[in-house]
Amino acid sequence: MSKVYETVIGLEVHVELATKTKIFCGCSTAFGGAPNTHTCPVCTGMPGSLPVLNKEVVNKAIAVGLATNCTITRNCKFDRKNYFYPDNPQNYQISQLYYPICRDGKVEIEVDGKKKYIGIHEIHMEEDAGKLIHDAYTDSSLVDFNRSGVPLIEIVSEPDMRSADEVLAYLDKLRTTIQYLGASDCKLNEGSMRADVNLSIREVGAEEYGTRTEMKNLNSFKAIARAIENERERQIDLLEAGKEVVQETRRWDDTKEYSYAMRSKEDAQDYRYFPDPDLVPIVISDEWLEEIRSKQPEFREEKKARYQEEYGLPEYDADILTGTKKLADIFEETIALNANPKKVSNWLMVETMRLLKEKEMEPEDITFSAANLAKLIQLTDDQAINSTVAKEVFEKIFAEDIDPAQYVEEKGLKTVNDEGALRATIEQVIADNPQSVADYRNGKEKAIGFLVGQTMKAMKGKANPGMVNQILKELL
Amino acid sequence: MQITDETIKYVGILAKLELSDEEKEQAKKDMSNMLQYVGKLNELDTEGVEPMSHTFSVHNVFREDVVTNGDERDNMLKNAPEQKEGAYKVPKTFE
Ligand SMILES: [Zn+2]
Repeated sequence: MSKVYETVIGLEVHVELATKTKIFCGCSTAFGGAPNTHTCPVCTGMPGSLPVLNKEVVNKAIAVGLATNCTITRNCKFDRKNYFYPDNPQNYQISQLYYPICRDGKVEIEVDGKKKYIGIHEIHMEEDAGKLIHDAYTDSSLVDFNRSGVPLIEIVSEPDMRSADEVLAYLDKLRTTIQYLGASDCKLNEGSMRADVNLSIREVGAEEYGTRTEMKNLNSFKAIARAIENERERQIDLLEAGKEVVQETRRWDDTKEYSYAMRSKEDAQDYRYFPDPDLVPIVISDEWLEEIRSKQPEFREEKKARYQEEYGLPEYDADILTGTKKLADIFEETIALNANPKKVSNWLMVETMRLLKEKEMEPEDITFSAANLAKLIQLTDDQAINSTVAKEVFEKIFAEDIDPAQYVEEKGLKTVNDEGALRATIEQVIADNPQSVADYRNGKEKAIGFLVGQTMKAMKGKANPGMVNQILKELL
Repeated sequence: MQITDETIKYVGILAKLELSDEEKEQAKKDMSNMLQYVGKLNELDTEGVEPMSHTFSVHNVFREDVVTNGDERDNMLKNAPEQKEGAYKVPKTFE
C-alpha cells in the first residue's frame, strides 16, 4: 500500500512599504526613475555616511503587526547581515535578527468553508538591495541603486499551511490587510510583494518535519500554486525512490514549470549578524502604540459584513467588492455621492469586472473616478440614457474617465422621451414592415421584437425601450 | 585565545581576502591579541546586566518621511571605477 503524504509549508513574504523616502536616507522611493537618480552616499554605502531611520517605516511595520495580532517588541534594534554582492553596496544589509519588531502573530484564513489560523513567527524591518542589469554588449553587469534602501518588511509564517490553497488564502489575507492599511500596494508581478515558499513533506501522522527546501522567484499567485504542486511531487518521488530530500534553495522557472537548485546547505553563507552600531535602539511607548491602534482602518471582514447588512448586498458581491482596497474605495466613494449602493455594486460587479478581464487588468489598475460613475448612474436614473447607451458610455469612463453628462450631450446620445417624435417613427416603421405587422396580428408575438429593433435602429438606439413597446402595442 | 590556521583561512574566505603565508601569520597574531584584549570583559560578572548594542543612552532617533535628496547621480558616479548609461559597471554577476 502506498504511503499518504502531507505537505508542510511556511512562507517568507517580503513587502515593500509605501513610504515616500527610503528607510535610512531622504532619497525618493518613486518607481521608474533613470538609473541611480534616487541615490545618495547613504544608500550607496559610501564610507562615513550615516543612516537615520525613517519613522514612517516603524509606524507601518507596527500597523501591520497589530493587524496580524503580533506582539510588538517594545525595545527593538537593527542588525547587520554581512555578505558580498554587487547589488549590496555596504557589503551588509541592515535587517533585524535578534529583536524583530513584531512576533507571535496569527491570521485567520478560510478554505472551502473551513477556517484556520496561520501563525506568524515574526515580522522584521530591513532594506532592499539595488538592481543588476546584464549588459550583453560589454558582457558585464550594470548596477542601479534606486531600489537600494527602499524599506521592506519580511513576514515569516510558522509552517502551518498544508496545501497550495491555504498558501493562496494566507497571501490574499496578508495582501488585503496590508493594502487596507495603505502600507503597501502588494503587487506580486511588480515585486512590491515577494513570497518564498519553504516546503517539506512527511507521512500523515508523523511528528517530525521532513527536510525542507526553499523556493524563490515566484511572481504570481498561479506560479506559487504550480511551484508548490511541482515541489511536492518532486519530494515525494525522491522519497519513494529511497532517496533523500536535500536542504537547499531552489529557483522556480514558471515558463518551464520546473525548479533547479541554486545553493545547498553546505554552501549556505555565514552572515555573521551583529547589532548595527550606527543605529540607536527603538523604544515603543504605550502612547505610540495606542496612536497607531486608534488609526487602524476597517478591515476586509468587517467591511464585508457591513456591506451585506447596511446595503443588503449578497455575500458573494460583498466578497468581491472588498477583495481589493481599490474596488472597496470606489464603491464607497460613489455611494458617498448619493448613488444607489446596489446600482454601484452592479456596475462594479458586472461591467467593471468584464472590462478588467477583457483588458487583462487588476482592480488596482482602475483609473476612473467615483464622480463619473455616480454621474452615469444619475443619467440612467433620470432615464436620460437607456441601458445600451449607458454601457457604451461606461466603457469610455473606464478607459478615459470622461464626464458622462458632457459626453452624452456632445455625442447626442440622450434618450428620446418625446412621445410625439417616437409615435411618428413607429408609425413609419409599421408602414414599412407590413409582413411583420401581419405576423404579429396573426398571433406571432415574437414579430414585435423585430419592430422594436427597427424602431431603435431608426432612433439610433436612443429611444426609451419601455415607451417603444407600449406605443407599438397600442398602434398594432 | 589562539587563532588556528583553519580560522584564518575561513575568515579570509568570508572577507574575500587572499593572504600570503606571512600575512596569515601576522593576521593570526593580530587577531589573537585583539581577542585577548576584549577577552578581559569575560572576567566581569554580567549576571543580570542587559546586553546593549550601543554605548550612548540614546534611543528613537528618527527622520520624517520627507524627500530631501535630489538627483546627484553625476556626483555619485564620480566614485565609480567604471560606468555606463548612468549605472555602475561591474564584472558580470548572476545568481
Ligand atoms: Zn539615499
